[in-house]
Amino acid sequence: MSETILEVHGLTMDFGGVRALNNLDLDVRSGEIAALIGPNGAGKTTFFNCLTGLYLPTKGDIFLYRRDKDKKISLKGLKPNKVTEHGLARTFQNIRLFPMMTVLENVMIGRHCRTKAFVIGAFFRGPRTRREEEEIIEMSHRILEKVGLSRFENDFAMNLPYGAQRRLEIARALATEPVLLLLDEPAAGMNPYETIELVNLIQEIATDGQSILLIEHDMKLVMSLSDRIFVMDYGKKIAQGRPEEIRLNPAVITAYLGEEVDA
Amino acid sequence: MFTLQELKRSALISLWFVFLTFPIMVVKVNSIEKTVQWRWMNVVYVLVGSFVLSLLFRYFLYRKEQQSGEDEQQGDNTGRSLIHRLLIVPKYRNMIYGVLLGTAVVFPFLTSSYQVNIMTTALMYVVLGLGLNIVVGLAGLLDLGYVAFYAVGAYSYALLNYHFGLGFWAVLPIGGLLAAMFGILLGFPVLRLRGDYLAIVTLGFGEIIRLVLENWGGFSQGPSGISNISRPGFFGIELSLEMAIVYIYYLMVLFVIVTIFLVNRLQDSRLGRAWIALREDEIACQAMGIDKIKTKLAAFSLGALWAGIIGVVFAAKTTFINPASFTFLESAIILSIVVLGGMGSIIGVIIGALVLILLPEYLRALSEFRMLAFGAILVCMMVFRPQGIIASIRRTYTYKPRNRDEA
Repeated sequence: MSETILEVHGLTMDFGGVRALNNLDLDVRSGEIAALIGPNGAGKTTFFNCLTGLYLPTKGDIFLYRRDKDKKISLKGLKPNKVTEHGLARTFQNIRLFPMMTVLENVMIGRHCRTKAFVIGAFFRGPRTRREEEEIIEMSHRILEKVGLSRFENDFAMNLPYGAQRRLEIARALATEPVLLLLDEPAAGMNPYETIELVNLIQEIATDGQSILLIEHDMKLVMSLSDRIFVMDYGKKIAQGRPEEIRLNPAVITAYLGEEVDA
Repeated sequence: MFTLQELKRSALISLWFVFLTFPIMVVKVNSIEKTVQWRWMNVVYVLVGSFVLSLLFRYFLYRKEQQSGEDEQQGDNTGRSLIHRLLIVPKYRNMIYGVLLGTAVVFPFLTSSYQVNIMTTALMYVVLGLGLNIVVGLAGLLDLGYVAFYAVGAYSYALLNYHFGLGFWAVLPIGGLLAAMFGILLGFPVLRLRGDYLAIVTLGFGEIIRLVLENWGGFSQGPSGISNISRPGFFGIELSLEMAIVYIYYLMVLFVIVTIFLVNRLQDSRLGRAWIALREDEIACQAMGIDKIKTKLAAFSLGALWAGIIGVVFAAKTTFINPASFTFLESAIILSIVVLGGMGSIIGVIIGALVLILLPEYLRALSEFRMLAFGAILVCMMVFRPQGIIASIRRTYTYKPRNRDEA
């Protein structure tokens, strides 16, 4: 249960003179929901982008443990698609679906890195390609059912209601069979009802044994969902611990509410 | 239907038109007899003509707006056109295919070899359009130098035939593969580019190939080109000119069918989905585990493959090629076939190619106004149907456990 699956050591990211991430340490254990919180501009999304290979960090190490394969993989400097292949899948803060593809196809794209057929397979559509294609469709359909989107299956992704688009992003990431699921502000812009639905969904996914690391602004959501919380401010980690510890941590309160000024 | 204001605006437009066309439509100067002829009747023609046209334009715009409003209300987001709805029903589909195939087979017996020649050209553009459609329509990579691959195919047949006497069938795969290799060659430097930048680089690439062919006399015989290229062989039998034309026509029909079949399969494959995802959102696509490099190179090389094969056919059909056949205009025409027909839509591209290639031929009756009419038709198309003649639709799946079915 408490084996570490993701380990980040001294991660630093500079954009010119701006240090967006400063010597960040973080670890995620198998089966838990970890949360990364912090005020706007603290560097949370930058951290995700470093993890998933969109940015090349200036310094530091990122290791992913594949217990099933008994391997420790360094993710630093890998291309985004390789990172996903190794088992890190993400959603985006500003939704990045494939708008002109159907909902099912969006999820099918998630299966891409677990399947093989290429030009020859496409041309001849042999038994192996056909079987693979059937598996892709079946699995995508199952995932859509799980997130409650199967009735939209053949609609264009761009025509989905906002909350459903968010869930579709999660479904697409799940389709890559990730070791660790990274959710970047999954509840951003959702109404209270949609947020409750989302909390239920994330809990459900976690019950299936999926490890999750999420960035979130909604404190209620973070407190109710996460097992452990990391707090960032100005690119630095300022606190980590269980939700009830974080709630009372003076450094966190200062970061969010500002310092008290003595009269 | 038309308010007074709209009528007024149309009237103003027609007056403006009269003014603009006055020097060329009304005044006629005879520089030999030094007289000026005033053709006042033309004022009336232009006035009435432009008034009616402007009203028609307005009316169609109005109707288009009405229609799009209705579509939104119905929530019809798949936007299936009549053709797609017909093709879904197997009975109609087989009937349509049968009729089309039948027409294609009997066509040479009913018409002159001139007509057959034009149709062969049109079919060549169908395949070229479908090839470019992979790059532009599916993968969303704007390629303005597509004709370069066409040239590679044509020259590989011409040169191999000239120097080594290789036959059509031997060079067909070689030409295709060579073009595909050039596709990869172009693909590598432009991996990071998108949109306008990509368009400019591909444009440059197309020009480079043409300029090399034009100036490297020792290699390609320069602007004078290569002549006496042999026509495709038919099991070693010498064909008369008429027979050869019909033979190439049937070859092209076959190529078109094979291409449609293969491109259709590509489009619904894992690779095809990856292309579309790449077109929709490059970052999300990589984050979902798609290898951008492999996918892009596959698009470039497969697109080029078809251009190369058709290049070989082109060289064999005309028996003479020179660099003048591979100018930017050619790329532009192929691109307009894809855009006009409907990006990503196979049926659209086919119709687009037939329209764009056959229309100028049959508009010859209008002699000097041919290209003018052609341009007007293109402009109208883009105003009224920006998505192309037949918009592309995505395949839908109906899910039955353990038993998949195409819908």
